Amino acid sequence: MLLFIIRRLFFAIVLLIAVSVFTYFLFALLPTDPAALSCGIHCKPETIAANRIRLGYDKSIFEQYWLFLKGIFVGRDYGIGTAAFTCPAPSLGYSFNQHACVTSLIGETFPVTAYLSIGAFILWMMIGIGVGAIAALNKGKWQDRLATAFASVGVSLPTFYFGLLALFSIVIWFQILPFPSYESPLDNFPAFITAMILPWLVLAIISAASYTRLTRNGMLEAMNEDFVRLGVAKGLRLRVILRRYVMRQALIPIVTIAGLDFAGLLGGAIITESVFSLPGMGRMSIRAVVDSDLPVLVGTTMIAAVFIVLANVIVDIAYGFLDPRVRVS
Amino acid sequence: MSTFAELDHDDVVIATEIVGKSPRELAWMRFRKDKVAMFAVAVIATYVVVALFAPVICALLGISPTRLDGAALNDYGLPNGPFGNISFEHLLGVEPGTGRDILARLLYGARVSLMVGFIATFLTTTIGVVLGVVAGYKRGRIDAVISRMTDLTLAFPSFLLIIALTRPFTQRLEAIGVPEGNPARLTYIVLVLSLFGWVYVARVVRGQTLSLREREFVEAARSCGASNSHIIFKELLPNLWAPVIVIVSLSLPGYVSTEATLSFLGLGMIAPAASWGVMLGDSVKYYRSDPTYLFIPGIALIVLVLAFNIVGDAVRDALDPKGDRQNLL
Repeated sequence: MLLFIIRRLFFAIVLLIAVSVFTYFLFALLPTDPAALSCGIHCKPETIAANRIRLGYDKSIFEQYWLFLKGIFVGRDYGIGTAAFTCPAPSLGYSFNQHACVTSLIGETFPVTAYLSIGAFILWMMIGIGVGAIAALNKGKWQDRLATAFASVGVSLPTFYFGLLALFSIVIWFQILPFPSYESPLDNFPAFITAMILPWLVLAIISAASYTRLTRNGMLEAMNEDFVRLGVAKGLRLRVILRRYVMRQALIPIVTIAGLDFAGLLGGAIITESVFSLPGMGRMSIRAVVDSDLPVLVGTTMIAAVFIVLANVIVDIAYGFLDPRVRVS
Repeated sequence: MSTFAELDHDDVVIATEIVGKSPRELAWMRFRKDKVAMFAVAVIATYVVVALFAPVICALLGISPTRLDGAALNDYGLPNGPFGNISFEHLLGVEPGTGRDILARLLYGARVSLMVGFIATFLTTTIGVVLGVVAGYKRGRIDAVISRMTDLTLAFPSFLLIIALTRPFTQRLEAIGVPEGNPARLTYIVLVLSLFGWVYVARVVRGQTLSLREREFVEAARSCGASNSHIIFKELLPNLWAPVIVIVSLSLPGYVSTEATLSFLGLGMIAPAASWGVMLGDSVKYYRSDPTYLFIPGIALIVLVLAFNIVGDAVRDALDPKGDRQNLL
């Protein structure tokens, strides 16, 4: 088992290095000149050249990549003399657009994304599993039909459109909530909740839809298993059978997928954050795309990839514990 | 089709002798019994026909997706009549600002959505099936390379990369001779969706191939001296179509939705080309003065995506009818 975990972790690290190489080279080879972008339109060629050296873009791409990797572990210095500054480890580069180290930018925006993801995750698991369980227990009845309709419509709603409609209807047309303006929960908790409730719900409803179906089908399948039959034959109470046998069996794959989906969100809920103007990593990424802010893009892509790969490793290891056959392959 | 007609459901019930049916016929029978799915198929067919004959329909109704109709607008550039100036002349009203006919733009927009959906699906399926079969059948080094490619692709935050690479890659496509503007943008969307989409098909196909190649019928074919191509095309592929159809029919609506999202963000198609995403992005500006405009393209989009999702679900249920068994609880 230990060997299995080590192997998975080793593989994850190799994968992340590969991702970093691809990301870095992909963005570095784009036809944009970061040095020219760093000082606006009316820029003297000398300033561009100086900036190029200051930001390290005068070096070969391999050297730049090496400095980028090194920066993650030991931090990185930019410039010389009085203009010198340091991005401490782990440094993911320096954004000339925002005049800040990428790591600190991510540090500022990540909590917002995390609050959004965690709140939405709790809601969507409750809605998804709850509605799915009701559907499974009432198979073929109106509750089941309603749940199936909810699942189909929810899956089909594009996030941006649903988010916009929610925003316009609740905030502008019916004025139930004030326009969401983000506040840190540490400063002003009620304002934080007011700003987050709509994005949470939108993200939760859209994500819950597919979980409704997974739960329903998983439970129906589990109800067909022999061990459930045995439980019924033994005369166990329905509640006990459901909780101990059916739910446990049905939830394992759901928790797996949920873990992967959650990790995907942590990398930035791009659309939701943009629609509701939440200052999270996703919105920062969009802004970086518009501004051609390559260091920020490389940074957010890397962070998102770390979450995805990490979630996969955790899921793999969890399966290794649950199912010995997985360890061998 | 004629064989299916002979095996009509009613005939089967009347016939007392047992009629052998292939899995394909059974699946088709189950699918046809699903009335909601058949309705969804009709909806999709309507969209396809309407999209194909968009120029004819526009000519018959005397509307055009690009003609500016200033007479339909008031002094503020807003539609003259109520509900976005819905009238006999403009059945779904006109666009604020330009006075272009919304119905005509919807019809042409359907072409974009369907084209992106179908071409991306075709490409992902082709690439995914070929690489998946090769990896699963050849195993060894080729499998290792293809599997690592899928791992790497899955580790990237795909939506972020799709957005980030839009501008530079569209420029590159234009540089290598793809017509400038919307053709290049459309090509980019299709290519990038395929680049990230083939993985899901390949993974499923590889897994199926790995288990199929050990089955007796493949061994029998091999012992008769069948060539690799015979085994792949005649023995393996016919057994792979069910999982492939399921995954394909469930991913197609996602492509349609992504195109709309990208165009909405201003990264996909751009006006004056008609795309539902472009219309939605434009309509946001008039959410207060002309809300009708916000709903029409959105409903068109949701109905299409919903229809595809319903058909996808029905296909899956028809091909994998586990839920049909009687449940104990």
